[in-house]
Formats: sequence, structure tokens, C-alpha cells
Amino acid sequence: MKFLLVEDNQELASAISSRMRQDGHVIEHAPNLSDAQAFIETTEFDLILLDIMLPDGDGRAFLKRHRASQLDTPVIILTARSQVSDRIGTLDLGADDYVTKPFDHAELEARCRAVLRRKAGTSQTVIELGGVRFDPVAGLLDVRGQRVSLRNRELRLLELLINAPGQVFSKQKLADRLFSYDHDASENAIEVYVGRLRKHLKPSDLTITTLRGLGYRLDNGS
Amino acid sequence: MGHSPSVSGSLRNRLVLSLIGGAAILAVLLFFVVRNYAAQVAQQGQDNILRASVTSILDAAAIREGEVEVDIPYAAFSMLGTASDDRIFHAIYQDARFLSGYPYLPMAAGRGRESTFATVSHQGEAVRVVTASRVLIADGKRTNVRVALAQTQDALSGQLEQISKNAALLGAGFFVLAILLSFWATSATIGQLKRLTDAVTRRGPQDLSPFQKPVPSEMLPLVTSLNSLMGRLDQSLGQSEDFIAEAAHRVRTPLATVRSYAEATLQRLDKEENRQDMRSMMRAIDESSRAAVQLLDHAMITFRSDHLERQDIDLAQLVDELVVRLTPIAEMKDLTLHYESDGPVPYSGDPILIQNAVRNLLDNALKYAPIEGTVTIAVSATPQVVINVCDSGKGFPDGELETLTSRFKRGANAEGTIGSGLGLTIAMDVASAHGGVLKLSNQPEGGACAQLLF
Repeated sequence: MKFLLVEDNQELASAISSRMRQDGHVIEHAPNLSDAQAFIETTEFDLILLDIMLPDGDGRAFLKRHRASQLDTPVIILTARSQVSDRIGTLDLGADDYVTKPFDHAELEARCRAVLRRKAGTSQTVIELGGVRFDPVAGLLDVRGQRVSLRNRELRLLELLINAPGQVFSKQKLADRLFSYDHDASENAIEVYVGRLRKHLKPSDLTITTLRGLGYRLDNGS
Repeated sequence: MGHSPSVSGSLRNRLVLSLIGGAAILAVLLFFVVRNYAAQVAQQGQDNILRASVTSILDAAAIREGEVEVDIPYAAFSMLGTASDDRIFHAIYQDARFLSGYPYLPMAAGRGRESTFATVSHQGEAVRVVTASRVLIADGKRTNVRVALAQTQDALSGQLEQISKNAALLGAGFFVLAILLSFWATSATIGQLKRLTDAVTRRGPQDLSPFQKPVPSEMLPLVTSLNSLMGRLDQSLGQSEDFIAEAAHRVRTPLATVRSYAEATLQRLDKEENRQDMRSMMRAIDESSRAAVQLLDHAMITFRSDHLERQDIDLAQLVDELVVRLTPIAEMKDLTLHYESDGPVPYSGDPILIQNAVRNLLDNALKYAPIEGTVTIAVSATPQVVINVCDSGKGFPDGELETLTSRFKRGANAEGTIGSGLGLTIAMDVASAHGGVLKLSNQPEGGACAQLLF
């Protein structure tokens, strides 16, 4: 996925960027509207994350221009305004969704996924590996040509593992990515999801290996 | 709000009473003045005839052979004739000697040819007496002839009675007219105040613009200070609204930065104890940001509830938008969101407030529902406008249904979830601002239910 992040707060921008890169996305950062304009004129993005209050103008005005010039790249607004008063305007201006700062990265991820699914239907970033065809945006998994329906957490777990085959993930690390921090991430729950994924992947060449005391690893057995 | 000031008297009554009181005093004065004047005029008429009569008697006096002879002319008495047959008395003196007439008739003091008048009592009756004298000279001797002529006042008092009656009628008429006029004048004056009051009452809650319509000059100071009060109110309201939005912005942006960093750091940490610390830190950030957000929301809700601006909205559509918006959050926990509505639910209310209330109820439901559980939202218009949010969690703790809506109060089962304890308070405040209620209950099959009844 290719993201454009328009955000003037340097720290927040680099925090978001580093998290996005960890997830295997490409992200460009524009600290103001003119840089953002330059980016969208030269590069095609899958999604734009847009702050509202920027040094050289209002993000909403940018969005309006953006929509008027027939660009239909999905836009998610990052707003720090009170959620009671700002809601109406942004969605009317053509934003696809918005998150209120401070946000849970998992929520941002979930919203990106929802917007992309709504907009694109399927993405170009389909992963084909070991007899499996996986579209993380649409949440579609075909195992040996057979459509498998995945629950959200199974999908996110598979996304993590399939993006880095052969890499070991500790249970805690997986739990931190799959659960919000308001619940103590339960390692048993991870075992449940790993169990379900194993069942789904059985016909394929992919296997999830348990490394005692270390965690899990996705192997392409072929 | 709604505190009514104590009443001290009525401006209308005071005005009417003082006008009527003044009119009464004026009417009585009018009566006496008219009567006195009329009495004077009537008295003067009688006096003039008496003077003419006594003059003609004196003119008829002559001295013959040293004796004073008064031959009273017929006309002297006939001119005194009245409709009520007033009686006439006379007395003639030569110097101090009584010549003829009624010897006991009292005389009016006075000397010379000038006539003097007096009202005296004669034979038990009030009479008007005129006294005049004339000096006759014969044979070198001066003789003073004095004549007193008196007339009873029956005709006069009859006349006076008539005049008094008319004067009283005139006074009463004046009084009645004055009462009518004072009521009319009072209504006209109070009417100006009432018009101003109506203009203030008719205004919408957000209309704090100054009064432009012309007012009487006496009311100008009142309207001027009213306008300046509204100007200040408008300014401070605008400031608080801006302040809330600005405060939200200032608090949220740094919190967002800290949170994103913490999250990114957590992904890189390998040592379990460091990860544990980072998780605690993030929980604390979430707690504080949620508290900040809800405190600001609560301030905004209180602000808007005090100035409730209703507009026609469709609750079904409003809830539908919220459900769409919260679907990604629900998916994160693999929750199923059930939305049930039977067509549009028209309602007149503040959409931002209601949205916030429902959002808080939905947030709670999503938070407390178990993983892969269900949250049900139902909106219906009959028999009452109601929004129902239920989850498949453990339900509200027993015995806490009443206390949960109080500020900062969290349920005994809230341990381990992020929250500020303001969500239900906000929902309840919004409900009561619209004249509705928030009802909490537990479903028999388990799970909490919150109902917004409008």
C-alpha cells in the first residue's frame, strides 16, 4: 500500500510513518499543503491521511480542491478538534472517514482497511504463496482456489505472518498487534487464532510452526 | 435558569391608582370651585337688586316740615319678587331713631351712601341684608336717613342647590372620564414594555443580536444596557465554544504523538519486561486522552444543552451513520453490529448532542461486549421515540443501575477497560436536555441495555 501522510506535527508524522513501514507499507510525508500537492501530482497513492490544521492552509480546503479535480484517491481526515462539532463538515466535503487524535493505530489501520475495501473492491497487493491467494484489503483468502471466509483477527494475524514468512513472532508481539491495550492481551487467545488459521491453511503448502518459548513462524513447506 | 424574580407591586396598578387619585382630588376641587363661583354670582345678583331697591327707597326719602318722610316706591319691592316668594323686611331710621318697618332687623355695619351687605339671621331665618344711608339737609340741619332692606334666600338656596347638583354631576363626569383616560394611558405606556418583553421572549436561544427597533426615550437606557449585556454574553459564549475546541486541539495532538511513539516503540521492543512497561504506559495514555476527550465533550454538551437548538432530524439515519462509522471498530473485535429500524424516525432535537449520546452508548457496548459477541442497536418511533443499545456482555453489575449515571462513577466490572466514567452521564444529560430519560437495564438472557427515551 502506498500512503500519503499530510501532517505538520513532525513527531506525530514520524511516529505514524514508522508504524506504517513496520506493517510493510510505503509512506510519504508532506508537512504542508504545497508539498502534498506536489506529491499527488507526481505519484499515485492508495490512500491519503490528511490533517486539518496545516501551516499553509486548511486541510478541508485542500480536500475540496482535490475532489473538484476529479481525483478519487480515498482520504481519511486526522482531526484533533472536538468530535462533537467537527464531524459534519469533513464527511460532507468528500472525506471517506476520519479519526480523532489521539487514535489507536489499530483503529487507523481498521479504518484504512474499511475505506480501501469500500473504494477499490480489491487491491493490487495480492499475495500468492504456497497455493494461497490472499488479498489483505478485501480480506479474501483463496486456498487452492477455494474461498475461505476469515474473521477480522484471523485476517490480521495472517497478514502479519504472510508478510514475513520465515520470521519468528512472539506470542506477546502478536497479541499486541491483534488486541487493544485496554484488555490484557491473552496468549491463550493467540493460540485459538493460530489454531483456526492452521485449519484454514491445511490444504495449502503453508504451515504455522510453533517454536516452544519463542513463538510462531509461517513456513512455505513446498 | 427559570428562576423567577420576586414581584414588588405592579407598575400598572401604581400608575392607575395615582392617576385615579389625582383625578378624584381634581374632581372634588372642581365641584367646590364651580359651586363657590356660582354661589358668588347668584349672591351678587341678589345684592344688585337689593342695592337698586334700597337706593330707590333712599331716593324717595325727603324732609317735609322737619320730618323725614319716606314714601316707599312700589317698584322698590316689586323688583325683589322671586319665584319662591321670598319675604322682604325693611327698617328705616332717622339718625338713630327708628321710623318704620321691622325694628329688630339687624343692620349691616357701614356708613355713608355706600351700601353694605351682610348675611344675618332674622326671625330664625338667614336673610341677606343691605344697609345704606343718605344725608338730607333741611333748614340747615343734617339728617341722616338709614334704610336696611332684607330678603330671605329661599330662591337663592334653591338656585344654589341646582348649581351644586350640576357641579357634582360635572365633577363625577370628569372623574369617570379621567379613569377611562388613565386606564388608556397606562395600557399605552405598559404596552411599550410588553412589546419589548415579547420581542425578548420570541427570540431563539442563540439570538443574541442587539435590539434595533425604535423604543421610547425613557426605555432607551434599559434597552441599551440589555443590548450591552447580550453583547457581552454573546462574546463570552463564543469564547467558551472556541476555548473548548482549542483546548481539545492542544491536548489531543501531543497525546496522539506520545501514543503513536509508544506504539511504534512497543513493536520494536523484545524484552518482555520492557514491553510490559510500555503497555502500562499506553494504557495510561489512553486513560488520560479518553478522560480529556470526554471532559471536553461533557463541557460542550453542557454548553449546548443550555442553549438547546432543535432541528428536524431523522434518528434512523443519524444512528445508521454512526453504525457505519463504528463498524471498523467492531470488526477489530470481530463483533457483529445489528442495526434494526423500521423506516425514518423523525424527531426535533440537536443532532450533535444526540449523536454524541448514542456514540457514548455504542462505545460502551463495543467495549463491554465479549470478542466475537453481538451489539444490537434499535431505533423506533412507536409507541415512543426510542434508541436502544444492547450488548452480549456481562451486563451492569447488580445494584449499580442507579448510580452509574452519576459523574465519574464507573461500574465495579470496569476494571481493565479504558474509560472516564462520563459516558453515561453525557447520555443522560443529553436525554434530559431533550426532555427524555436514559434507562439502564440488564437483559434476562444476559447483557446490558441502555435506552434513550425521548
